[in-house]
Amino acid sequence: MMRRSLAVLCIVLSATFAVAAASSSRWLHVPAKDHAHSNPLAGNNEAIAAGALVYREHCLQCHKANAMGDGHKRPALRSERISTASDGDVEWFLRQGDLGHGMPSWSSLPEAQRWQIVAYLRSIQ
Amino acid sequence: MISITLNRTIRGACWLAACIPILFTSSALAQDKPYFVTYSHDLEEPGNLEIETKTALARPGGGNRYGATAMEMEYGTRAWWTTELYLDGQATAQDSTVFTGFRIENRVRPLMRDHAVNPVFYVEYENTSGADKTILEVVGHDGQSDLAGPNGELSREHQHEAELKLILSSNVKDWNISENFISEKDLGHDPWEFGYAVGATRPLRSAASGRTCAFCAERFIAGAEAYGGLGSTFALTMRDTSHYLAPLIGWQLPKGVRLSFSPGFGLTGTSLARVYRVGLAFEFDQVGGWFHNPQGHSGSQGGVE
Repeated sequence: MMRRSLAVLCIVLSATFAVAAASSSRWLHVPAKDHAHSNPLAGNNEAIAAGALVYREHCLQCHKANAMGDGHKRPALRSERISTASDGDVEWFLRQGDLGHGMPSWSSLPEAQRWQIVAYLRSIQ
Repeated sequence: MISITLNRTIRGACWLAACIPILFTSSALAQDKPYFVTYSHDLEEPGNLEIETKTALARPGGGNRYGATAMEMEYGTRAWWTTELYLDGQATAQDSTVFTGFRIENRVRPLMRDHAVNPVFYVEYENTSGADKTILEVVGHDGQSDLAGPNGELSREHQHEAELKLILSSNVKDWNISENFISEKDLGHDPWEFGYAVGATRPLRSAASGRTCAFCAERFIAGAEAYGGLGSTFALTMRDTSHYLAPLIGWQLPKGVRLSFSPGFGLTGTSLARVYRVGLAFEFDQVGGWFHNPQGHSGSQGGVE
């Protein structure tokens, strides 16, 4: 009985790891309602300053102080992809992350702070 | 006289445990919720190492005051997978200070996107003695009588346990709401035991202020958690189970240190009347990168290109 339980547990865990490793998500499929969201803090200088601090605390370690990434795993945030995306796209991507490719989900940050990051990223394009 | 000496020992052990992360301080910022028992779906950022001490201070009925500390080393293996090692110990007044064992756990997010409810699978192996008093979960018919015996006697009991948790967690309007369903099995002869933990937290302010500050409202997270036992396969009943309700407060200090505090209140006769918890966490940036040649990366990460 015990061996069977352990075997079932191993299979479940293996399947979980396999699914998690195989899955991938990119922000090519942002829902229309998220895509259409505009940043309520757009152009607000205080929000940009606050966004810079939030960026320093949470994003800098991977994307670097100049937001140019490391040229390998950690992509630049001063890029055509960011500059052509809508505010809603960027906020959606922050909220979702891309777990399969190393980007954590930042849904744990308050929504206002995500918009502050978006305002900051816009200001450095 | 002996009592005074051991009280000092407890205080010393607690301070030592609390200060260990500071010895290694660099500059990073942890951003976890101040839960002590409940888990949310927040995982460690990939490559980061968080060291946290969780100390429980209590006095079981018929026993002596104690301070029990779990030192937790949490590493972000992947964005969807976090692995942890706990080292546990405790000091009991008018008794002794003992190392009580270790735990290895893994948390995996099976879904790669954020949903209304986010599941996380949690698997843990525990190798602890009966003297472990950290109360990182309450299952089955755990009660204060389990914590009241002398260390010498409790230490003779060895526990090799597997623990499975289903973590469900949601972020709604800046609130985090988490529910954990716990099942634990002694790998020897004991039955499956069950427990639960639920919690909710929210930062005191949503938007960040545009200045560096220690006492800004957004640096504080408040909430509450409740946890307790749900019986076992031998006695699937709430009778003689322990339950606690614990307000929480977390403070994100500058330079990446996070302090959390929780006074917990027992809700049943078998619960401890009160248990005070103190946590201190520090996060190290990109520890994985310390061992890699920065030019040697392959694959992609981040996905914004």
